[in-house]
Amino acid sequence: MSAQALTPHPAHFENQNELNDRAAIDASCARPVMWFLASSVVWLLVGTVLAMLASYKMHSPGFLDQWAWLTFGRVRPAHLNAVTYGWASMAGIGVVLWMQARLSRVQLAFPRVLTATAVLWNIVVAIGIGGILAGWHTSVEWIEFSLPVALALAVLFSVFALISFYTFARRQTTHVYVTQWYMFGAILWFPYLYLIANVMIHLGQARGVAQASTNWWFAHNVLGLWLTPIGVGAAYYLIPKVIGRPIHSYYLSILGFWSLALFYNWAGTHHLIGGPLPAWLVSVGIVGSMMMFIPVITVAINHHLTMRGHFHMLRTSPTLRFVVAGAMTYTAVSAQGSLMSLRSLNEVTHFTHYTIAHSHLGVYGFFTMIMFGSCYYIMPRLTGIEWSSARLIRIHFWSVLVGMALYWIGLTWGGVRQGFMLNDPAVPFLDVVRYTLPYLWSRSVAGALMTLGHVAFAVLVARMLLAWRRRHADAEWEPEPEPAARPARAEAGA
Amino acid sequence: MNRTLLIYIGIIATVIISSVGLVFVPDAQLFALEPVRLESGEQRPLAPAGAIAMGREVYMDLGCIYCHSQQVRPEGFGSDLERGWGSRRSVPRDYIHDRPHLLGTMRTGPDLHNIGLRQPSEDWHYRHFYEPTLTSPGSTMPPHRFLFRRVRIEPGAQPPLDAIEMPEGYLAANEYLVPTDRARHLVAYLLNLNFSYDEPETR
Repeated sequence: MSAQALTPHPAHFENQNELNDRAAIDASCARPVMWFLASSVVWLLVGTVLAMLASYKMHSPGFLDQWAWLTFGRVRPAHLNAVTYGWASMAGIGVVLWMQARLSRVQLAFPRVLTATAVLWNIVVAIGIGGILAGWHTSVEWIEFSLPVALALAVLFSVFALISFYTFARRQTTHVYVTQWYMFGAILWFPYLYLIANVMIHLGQARGVAQASTNWWFAHNVLGLWLTPIGVGAAYYLIPKVIGRPIHSYYLSILGFWSLALFYNWAGTHHLIGGPLPAWLVSVGIVGSMMMFIPVITVAINHHLTMRGHFHMLRTSPTLRFVVAGAMTYTAVSAQGSLMSLRSLNEVTHFTHYTIAHSHLGVYGFFTMIMFGSCYYIMPRLTGIEWSSARLIRIHFWSVLVGMALYWIGLTWGGVRQGFMLNDPAVPFLDVVRYTLPYLWSRSVAGALMTLGHVAFAVLVARMLLAWRRRHADAEWEPEPEPAARPARAEAGA
Repeated sequence: MNRTLLIYIGIIATVIISSVGLVFVPDAQLFALEPVRLESGEQRPLAPAGAIAMGREVYMDLGCIYCHSQQVRPEGFGSDLERGWGSRRSVPRDYIHDRPHLLGTMRTGPDLHNIGLRQPSEDWHYRHFYEPTLTSPGSTMPPHRFLFRRVRIEPGAQPPLDAIEMPEGYLAANEYLVPTDRARHLVAYLLNLNFSYDEPETR
């Protein structure tokens, strides 16, 4: 993780032409991708503030209780939407655009349109979050944005998806790498999901509990068919890149992709176990969840065997640290999720803080960690500027890792006990509430640690952006700089 | 690589098939559900209207679903019935008028499917919204004081008719607590959450 480790190794330069191509691709990506990534970091901070507010209010309900717009019931969905559609989606889009262009070996198409998309995306999400705080939202989990906001977001999403797809369609390669599969999977799946969910719920096409199954079909697929393929795809790209060897098995990666595509779709109704739905609907969700063991184990084996013998590189590469931590969490959180769908376990954990710990392990421990790693890899290549402080990177890594662990342990243990108490009618409800308080406090402490990490990361990104701007001001921007003259770039030199 | 077309079709097919299974088929299966006719000739459930419908909007915009579910689990699965959260488990028919659904996934607070049956007192709800620990010691529900107005009157003047009775220490002398329309609607909605009637599916 020291600065020397970021110096490229000459052995990795295959030939000059390829380097020139890469430089040209990076130059085409620089503005739009940096817009998406830098905006996502701002949303991460906004989401963090909302998270801390919500967490603190859970054990100290009198805190800032005088305004409706800051009541827990609004701050919580504002947090979820800020981190999902602000942080995770914008970071994901930045990563997809860059990796798709790199892997297709073509320059990114329509960079200006994409930059405009990023700017508008920020505005739309800001309106959506403001709307939630003002009470202008749907009260349906994961699709709280009101219809006009949702439609605007869908249009922007389509613009991004079409351009990314167009970039892929013009590819100069004969081989389609597994990362590309995952990424065009994500951009084909999400518009359909978002459209159907909005039509069926906002326009009220579905009645009663059919709305609930639509809701959880969508909400679970935001993770399963949007964030997960981007996270897994990015890990498939970055792990081999950083350690400089190919992925262990091509066939395993195909098996992993198609089993995910087949089974993740069906898992959503496990959020409704015990609920007033036809039994078959819930059973389908449980079967889908259990089948998820196949893609998860496949990916875990493939990543692990690729990494084997290279774990020492975790010491020197920030990208690898974050990505490997995220990939390992993916295995853990998916196995946990599959088991949670079993009726006997779900009877205890459903409706408790245990579920909250699980969802954060997924979106944070897995996806967010991989996005952090991706940012550490991509941003220096786009700006030509190195990360300014190895120490801040260390602070970032360790505080979010320890914070996430503490978060998960506290709420998991507290949540299981809460579940058993809830299921014991001899325990008065308010005793259950009192019992959970120390665990809710532990979550606030964990959140403070994660906040510290986010601030360290934001400082690093801000410094990089300032240096990038200074360079622009000093000299005319060269769209295709001489590769040899380019400053040190991270890890594997590509 | 002309197999890419096959890959696109495969990818799109997976999500379309799942939407048929988890969205369209359930919708078709449940669309035909009708209200039950009670022996008295009345129908249940009733579509929310007037203050109740407006109260449902308040329930939604304040984000109540993030801590309260509206579903009673069946006997032998959890302790919902033993806790008195309902006289029977909830069934799809209970929700035929719900747009959007408010089933909820969290029980930081108790289930509310039958709150109108459990807490039929209007005043209880008002006091609870103003200061939850008044009625429920140890509650972590946030106070909803923004749903009320404090009214100060001249000494000797007629107090507001809709003033809420509050214990000592919350209000100054000659000060009264009055619910806003939003509070009234919300409480009207909650008082009408009552699915205690007999249901053919649960007999």
